[in-house]
Amino acid sequence: MEFGFTTAAYVVAAVLFILSLGGLSGQESAKRAVWYGIAGMALAVFATLIGPGAGLWLLSLLLIAGGGAIGWVVAKRVEMTEMPQLVAAMHSLVGLAAVFVGFNAHIEIGRVAEAFAEAGVAFPHATYGVMSDAAHEVESIFRGFAAIVAHKTGVEINILRIELFLGVFIGAITFTGSVIAFGKLAGRVTSAAEKLPGGHILNAGAAAISLICLFWYVGGGGFLPLFIMTLCALFIGYHLIMGIGGADMPVVVSMLNSYSGWAAAAIGFSLGNDLLIVVGALVGSSGAILSYIMCKAMNRSFVSVILGGFGGSAGPAMEVEGEQKPIDVDGVAQTLDEADSVIIVPGYGMAVAQAQQNVAELTRKLRAKGKEVRFAIHPVAGRLPGHMNVLLAEAKVPYDIVLEMEEINDDFPDTDVVIVIGSNDIVNPAAQDDPNSPIAGMPVLEVWKAKNVFVSKRGQGTGYSGIENPLFYKDNTRMYYGDAKDSIGALLNKLD
Amino acid sequence: MKIGTPKEVFEGENRVAMTPDSAAQLQKLGHECYVEAGAGSAAGFTDDAYEAAGVTVVKTAAALWKEVDIIAKVRQPTETELKRLNKDKTLISFFNPAGNEEGMELAKSKGATVIAMEMVPRISRAQKMDALSSMANIAGYRAVIEAGNNFGRFFTGQVTAAGKVPPARVLVVGAGVAGLAAIGTSTSLGAVTLAFDVRPEVAEQVESMGAEFVYLDFEEEQQDGSATGGYASVSSPEFREAQLAKFRELAPDIDIVITTALIPNREAPKLWLEDMVKAMKPGSVIVDLAAERGGNVEGTVPDEKVVTDNGVTIIGYTDFPSRMATQSSALYATNIRHMMTDLTPEKDGVVDHDMDDDVIRGATVTHKGEITWPPPPPKVAAIAAQKPKEKPKELTPEEKREQEIAAFKKETKNQVTLLAVGGALILLAGLFTPASFMQHFVVFVLSVFVGFQVIWNVSHSLHTPLMAVTNAISSIIILGALMQIGSGSWLVILLAALSVFMAGINIFGGFLVTRRMLAMFQKS
Repeated sequence: MEFGFTTAAYVVAAVLFILSLGGLSGQESAKRAVWYGIAGMALAVFATLIGPGAGLWLLSLLLIAGGGAIGWVVAKRVEMTEMPQLVAAMHSLVGLAAVFVGFNAHIEIGRVAEAFAEAGVAFPHATYGVMSDAAHEVESIFRGFAAIVAHKTGVEINILRIELFLGVFIGAITFTGSVIAFGKLAGRVTSAAEKLPGGHILNAGAAAISLICLFWYVGGGGFLPLFIMTLCALFIGYHLIMGIGGADMPVVVSMLNSYSGWAAAAIGFSLGNDLLIVVGALVGSSGAILSYIMCKAMNRSFVSVILGGFGGSAGPAMEVEGEQKPIDVDGVAQTLDEADSVIIVPGYGMAVAQAQQNVAELTRKLRAKGKEVRFAIHPVAGRLPGHMNVLLAEAKVPYDIVLEMEEINDDFPDTDVVIVIGSNDIVNPAAQDDPNSPIAGMPVLEVWKAKNVFVSKRGQGTGYSGIENPLFYKDNTRMYYGDAKDSIGALLNKLD
Repeated sequence: MKIGTPKEVFEGENRVAMTPDSAAQLQKLGHECYVEAGAGSAAGFTDDAYEAAGVTVVKTAAALWKEVDIIAKVRQPTETELKRLNKDKTLISFFNPAGNEEGMELAKSKGATVIAMEMVPRISRAQKMDALSSMANIAGYRAVIEAGNNFGRFFTGQVTAAGKVPPARVLVVGAGVAGLAAIGTSTSLGAVTLAFDVRPEVAEQVESMGAEFVYLDFEEEQQDGSATGGYASVSSPEFREAQLAKFRELAPDIDIVITTALIPNREAPKLWLEDMVKAMKPGSVIVDLAAERGGNVEGTVPDEKVVTDNGVTIIGYTDFPSRMATQSSALYATNIRHMMTDLTPEKDGVVDHDMDDDVIRGATVTHKGEITWPPPPPKVAAIAAQKPKEKPKELTPEEKREQEIAAFKKETKNQVTLLAVGGALILLAGLFTPASFMQHFVVFVLSVFVGFQVIWNVSHSLHTPLMAVTNAISSIIILGALMQIGSGSWLVILLAALSVFMAGINIFGGFLVTRRMLAMFQKS
């Protein structure tokens, strides 16, 4: 097939991908947007299969079908609460694939060089496009990517090396980083921030070794520097993510998302494939923006999240006075019965307890009684950007009563009851009141301004960040202790 | 423990300290309840109702005082009643410790424990047993009703076929609990309500009840109410003059005045002087809720309704809560019940008189043969001190423009610098790299721009689907693997095959899961 057709198909695919991301601006258009993405992907794969260079397409199709079947099963079975793990696991696949493709590019360069050497023709060529007949003869035996390589001049080969080196580097970080993130989110690796002795010096050292390897590799070092760099990058990915705690996971996952995009873009450069570059850049910038939004929602700089842990506080934290006042299910039910407006603030605890169905049922019951029920979602609630929205959507909570922090923060003073389910730092008034608090300046949901606040919480412990939450001691706050699913379930029985 | 309530001996007192409802709750705490025969009849609770709630009805007061361990009543106890106490008994009642030295001495000599309901500290935790507030609330409501009873016109303005009726103008002086209750009642009856208080910070509460706050033209730092436990304090002579001048100005237009100004442990301040009474129209009504402590109005006679020469009615009743005995008994009994809940922390019927507890310590006036009044200041401040509000400086239009121009200039400078640096870098790269690279580079830079523009519009709630879909399309890396898989070297084929396989998982998994998620988003 003509090369022109492939390029044309790529252009159409790129447009479809952009439309697919753009369509996510609204819930309804998003449903259409996914199909754009699917069509774009199908077109791209089809065009590549029939395009120049591809061979073994039966094997390719079989592999895609096999992988697709696994992907299908996983996607069908996954619980919505396990979304963060799934996304992290899938990032690791992209990372690993980028590493492999990068290695292949290296091997191809070697093979091409070898073939030219055997034929006694100089490689790489001195000038682009000017080749001796002998060179043409050698080149003609290569297909696909190797053929492109065989065209290249010396400078181009060096640039190619830098590109594939970068692709492998980013891909390797993405791979181990995502594996660790998956482990942390799935609870198989401790979610606390842990670092090997030496801390960031180790990361910096590994990065420095990688840089040295780059020069060595471009200078003609062969596979060894590439391999050493891969090991270093794998280590950086592992160590970097190990040092980041559970609550920062939204940033980490979106950062890894961004990395997988940049890796694809780098590989696109080395393969000379514009579609890879376009899509890689789209994904990369999308992840970068998400990371930025998440960091802003926590009022922390990206660097401080990546370097892990909360910074030291500037002074002693404000003393919290008073006591946590518990309340039983009858008290909550009675207050809810008398309330006109209710706002529910879900957090990671709701996901852990799988309480979203009960929460949705509660919402339905309260709405059936003519009460105004809304949800307030903090940008970093949960372990994935938008995690809570997905859980609530799964439980069939209508999305038009699920509001963002900016939309609803001013409404708390007019609200009768706020129910906080399994969230802590995002409703901590210390962020506004106590300049010495580690989370000072972080935008929070101002739930304490409501008339009554019920906090559904397992026990008296502090949240992920270990910060005392003065909200729990406020006079209008009552603690409703217990597992979120059971407590909300008990509440449902009382509301009839 | 046995809790009992005698019939109130004070003449005209209709309230009772225990209702059948509160008795049921007290029994849940493990206590036994007793009541003197006929104690609740004036408040509308029959002996049968008490018995139905599991309360033992005792024939005489003497037998009741003898039988029970804890006596709950409303009015300050008489000497006879106090003499019936002994060291095992606890009395919960209004006690007026500041003006009842002999009472305290007598209780002390008997060794009894006395809890004075008016001494419950004004902290949030103790609100549920703050009987002063619950009674003041009733007094405020009733004051408006009494005023209406003696006022010859409508509260609300009406335009009827028979003519136009102007709305009544009501002034409430003192916006404490009683004042706010009066404001609420008066506005809901439709009157135009004005309110005044020496504490400027209550203006917001007044306005929230629908009344208009009367501001004085007076430049003095008023002491913040939080320093005195939420009560008003004595004001300076200059301030008082300004206040009186304002009242004088208002008096001719006001139909109903309700005064509620009290300062703790002092005579009520005189705020509505004789000349203001004279300035009012005939038929106007004044209700003086401070009558018990001398009154805010010149001419008030406690417990009496007087009509002045110019036809203004001044009501000086001191028994407003008792006039609504059913309601006030219910609230007071609940206050007592909450006090008992705090005194019985284990809910096992055993009283633990914890003198380290702020609320119990504050309300106890005699305990174990000692007078414990006045109490030390509570550990928790009643109301957080108000932070002085910083006013953002009002900017003149010129300053605003200047700022805008400066911001615009800065932004332009930043952007130009960024573009210049970026452009220079790209040009530099262009000098050293071949054209084929630059072609791809252009595509890359443009894609990043498109990506940024598109992603900013993605709604917050769709961030998880966004991640899933970007994850799915990032498996575009499959193109690279597909281009390499036909290359011939077995190692390359193996690695490429693995990549194709993994990308395959991603493509299907990513798109499917996105579709699943998006299908769940529903409109209500």
